[in-house]
Amino acid sequence: MCTGCNTCVKYCPVQVPDPYNQDLSNNKAIHIYFEQAVPLVTYVDPDACLYLKEDKCLICESVCENKAIDFSQKPRKMDINVGAIVLASGYEPFDPSLRGDYGYGRMANVVTSLDFERLTCSTGPYKGEILRPSDGKPPKKIAWIQCVGSRQVIEGGNTYCSAVCCTYTQKQAILANVHDEEVECTIFHNDVRSYGKDFERYYQRTAEIPGVRFIRSYVSIGREIPETKNVTIRYATPDEGVKEEEFELVVLSVGLNPPADADAMVKIFGIELEPHGFCKTNPRNPIETTRPGVFVSGAFQGPLDIPESVFTASGASALVRELLRKRQGKLTKEKVYPVEKDVTQEEPKIGVFVCHCGANIGSVVNVPDVVAYCESLPNVVYAQEQLFSCATNSAKEITDLIQEKGLNRVVIAACSPLTLEPLFRDTVREAGLNQYFLEMANIREHNSWVHSKEKEEATQKAKDIIRMSVARATHLEPLQEIELPVNKNALVVGGGIAGMTCALSIANQGHDVYLIEKEDDLGGMARRLYFTVDGMDVQAYLNELISKVYRHPLIHVLTNATIEEVSGYIGNFVTTVRTGNWERKIDHGAAVIAIGADEYRPTEYLYGEDERVVTYLELEKEIVEKAERLMNAENLVMIQCVGCRNENRNYCSRVCCSQAIKNALKARELNPNLDVYVLYRDMRTYGFREDFYREASERDVKFIRYEPETAPQVEVVEEKGKKLLRVTVMDPILGQELGIDADVLALAAAVIPSPQSHEIVNLFKVPLGPDGFFKEAHVKLRPVDFATDGVFLCGTAHYPKHIPEVINQAQGAAGRVAVLLSHDIVTVSGAVCEVEEKRCMGCGACAEACTYGAITLLESRAGKKASVNPVLCKGCGLCNALCPTEAISLKHFNNEEIISEIDAAVAKII
Amino acid sequence: MCGGRVDMAFVLRAFSDGADGVIICNCWPGECHYVPEGNYNAVNMMNLTRKLLDHIGINPERLRLQWVTASEGIQFADTVTDFTNTIKELGPLGSNEGLEADEIKVRLQNLTKLVPYIKIAKRDKLLRHLENVEEYSTFYTSEEIDQLFKEIPSYYIDPEKCQACGTCRRRCPVEAIDGDKNLVHIIDQEKCIKCGTCLASCPPRFSAVTKLVGEPVPPPIPEDKRKIIRKPKKKD
Repeated sequence: MCTGCNTCVKYCPVQVPDPYNQDLSNNKAIHIYFEQAVPLVTYVDPDACLYLKEDKCLICESVCENKAIDFSQKPRKMDINVGAIVLASGYEPFDPSLRGDYGYGRMANVVTSLDFERLTCSTGPYKGEILRPSDGKPPKKIAWIQCVGSRQVIEGGNTYCSAVCCTYTQKQAILANVHDEEVECTIFHNDVRSYGKDFERYYQRTAEIPGVRFIRSYVSIGREIPETKNVTIRYATPDEGVKEEEFELVVLSVGLNPPADADAMVKIFGIELEPHGFCKTNPRNPIETTRPGVFVSGAFQGPLDIPESVFTASGASALVRELLRKRQGKLTKEKVYPVEKDVTQEEPKIGVFVCHCGANIGSVVNVPDVVAYCESLPNVVYAQEQLFSCATNSAKEITDLIQEKGLNRVVIAACSPLTLEPLFRDTVREAGLNQYFLEMANIREHNSWVHSKEKEEATQKAKDIIRMSVARATHLEPLQEIELPVNKNALVVGGGIAGMTCALSIANQGHDVYLIEKEDDLGGMARRLYFTVDGMDVQAYLNELISKVYRHPLIHVLTNATIEEVSGYIGNFVTTVRTGNWERKIDHGAAVIAIGADEYRPTEYLYGEDERVVTYLELEKEIVEKAERLMNAENLVMIQCVGCRNENRNYCSRVCCSQAIKNALKARELNPNLDVYVLYRDMRTYGFREDFYREASERDVKFIRYEPETAPQVEVVEEKGKKLLRVTVMDPILGQELGIDADVLALAAAVIPSPQSHEIVNLFKVPLGPDGFFKEAHVKLRPVDFATDGVFLCGTAHYPKHIPEVINQAQGAAGRVAVLLSHDIVTVSGAVCEVEEKRCMGCGACAEACTYGAITLLESRAGKKASVNPVLCKGCGLCNALCPTEAISLKHFNNEEIISEIDAAVAKII
Repeated sequence: MCGGRVDMAFVLRAFSDGADGVIICNCWPGECHYVPEGNYNAVNMMNLTRKLLDHIGINPERLRLQWVTASEGIQFADTVTDFTNTIKELGPLGSNEGLEADEIKVRLQNLTKLVPYIKIAKRDKLLRHLENVEEYSTFYTSEEIDQLFKEIPSYYIDPEKCQACGTCRRRCPVEAIDGDKNLVHIIDQEKCIKCGTCLASCPPRFSAVTKLVGEPVPPPIPEDKRKIIRKPKKKD
């Protein structure tokens, strides 16, 4: 019943600190949690409400026009029978006030990174202005302290690395600079862990901003200056020794704690926790808890960033479907729409609905004035305001009015079509209109939210925006969406851990899977891995996985296979696969690219010239085989970042730091007399892997940091008739050069994109990113989808990653594939291109621009003519802009529609 | 739709309608949501349009392309403020250029009519994606644009040669050719978009269509003289 009008909030007499804004600003005892909350309704804070506390007030109840506030509600207990449970409870930020050492809670200008996040946000305590707590002035000198609550063995700290703070801090420094170019940002860190996809570039982008300093040092908070409330930080650098510096604002980059109710979940769900307090998971499938049927996704697995949380969310859906597929669809009902009316012969009769969006639009834009203006516009036969157009009753009102007033075009002036266009299209359909007769005018994001202080101008702008939309609506045409049948089979390219895991999950969900492997057996890169840092036997796991794949009746393995051709589109691909002399055509509805990655073959450090120089994978083999030279060796030197984090490969290979640790520990275990030296740039043992880094330090593995300018030198020197492999490196702590004679020199050779990537690009029409790894549709929101519909990706083809991460992502891809294959039909947008053949002169510019392959030139009696396959067209409209004769046009965004908008915008006429 | 959908005709339309400045906002290079990376097409088209504006005497500063992303609200506001200030300094369209409004309108209309010809002439360059987007600013040179305007063709059907076969009339994408059976075909120069389809389609044995550059098109022959009188075939 609540429409989110905020009237109750206005009248509520109780002010309380707003937890959404980290208690930095106040809210009322009754309020909407935050501006984009779903559902957008108010709730009563029982700890603050006067009625619930002291049995008085009840003002909100009396002012609510919809009678939506019901104080007689009591907590209810419900029993729901379910077949599976997904725990996605997230994490709790580390609370630095529990320990006094950072001054948080004592010094006004020490804030946490989450506090700072709210400060930078337009819905934050100061509407997006970064102001410091003590005096409300914009700070000019800000420091971030990394690893607060993380990588600490002291009481109250967490031993692990929280994995996300380095990059979010960089984001915050960039934001601070965007707010004020003069601001000086200092980041105190101990290793910058930019291990994620595109993170290295992001790090460089941050470091290049004038005024941004990265300082590698442990720090302590000094004191608060009484007059200014500035805070001093003590730190040390090798060049200048111990220093104390004053900052106007100090941000503590707090880490990720287990969720506060983790212990309660143990009791309720019968799961177990791992030693740090996160959910204990199956090392062979991190989405599984210790209890069958209970799954875990997101940061309750351990510290995860957004893309990985999304992998695990899709992955959990795949595992649930594996379990419950036989019951799928039992509770769903199909929606039936009225028959569509043909209104093409009618004059345009436009209805305009102007949404208040509660106070979001209504408190800035004079909505009644705008409605009156709309009534004066050509072809508008009806206009009205609505409190929330998206509320169920309002949508119903629109449907009814379309029928009552005989409207044949609808303009909804509200928010971004990105969120609500599907809903309003549905609303229009329910009234028997073609859904493409809907036009949205965005007067919220494009207007009221950004012009909240200029009410008159915002009202005028709302009119301008709506006038454009009305002009465009006049020209809208009914479009039909194409419904395609979905072939229920999947094709998975690549038979490594990613491909096999994905194939198994898809098959367990009841679909036939064709697994294509170029080599003569399955396994991929994992064939060269033997153990993980946390002790998993990779070969045993791999063999079990392979045999599961071979034994699965729905998985068809094709080895020694090459893909010759891919045709078709989402739901209906036909792929030609060659194995030896045998060529077969496979029909499939979805495809997964899991072709893995390769190991870089170093040209540095005498690799290939001196047999003592090996890569980590080669070293791992020697460790497992207990190679004699390793058992007798005195010095093992390891060099990190070989072939990446440089100009040629501007990314971090992510796995090598942990590989170094695991190999170092294992080698020391086998040969206790061995001295192990790890020459590194930043140790990026993120997450729980940090514990093993610490263990290695404790076990006397020597870590020596180097800068790219002073990279280690390797040469063969002859001494006493022996050819010594001498590694020379500058030790920044000692400030002097160290020479180490290595018996074995191991190189962290970069993980590089598979050489087959380019073939896949051409076959499946999918893109590569700047580093040569495949580019997903959206880094955070669609991390296993390609922009090309029906094609998905997982594993190291996406970016280097550890085995558990590969499994997470492979399960995630299986989840996404299943969403597609569980449907009998897919609909393809009606906003695609079409060719008016008569106007086509056959120049072919359109076909050349369309890398989707949606346009082909066909010979006809009247010469070459372009032809569009609407299923492949994604509606970008490049062809339309290039076509000299206006023969090809993008429906729903054709020249007439756009030009009418331009005319309405500029000439103020329609 | 993608920013690469922005047709140069849209930009010219906005100026014709009376806009004093036009800004095109596009996703950053490498961040296009579409596989064909239409933002490269957008910056390409925009730079060509700037040159064309310059050629007809309109200050190219009035057209700008800005890379934007949803996370850069403040930069976006700064960009719009900066662009607004630039346009305010330049004043209403024509004032900085020293041109009357009517003159501007005529020039823009003439240029708009040439859009199909320009797209055909620059087809290959318009399709090019340069790795370094900065290079688009020098991708089209003023000399090249001068040349482009010098080479504006007209197509003309020689009434002496036309055999009224109708091929060109049927093929013309914009129905600019008038004619009928046994009537000499005439190109309506107002409707013609200079695509050359008529020249390409005229059967070689007639070769009735000619491309004229830098010379006036002869006036169409009067309607009463268009009838083709064919010689009766000789009987052997």
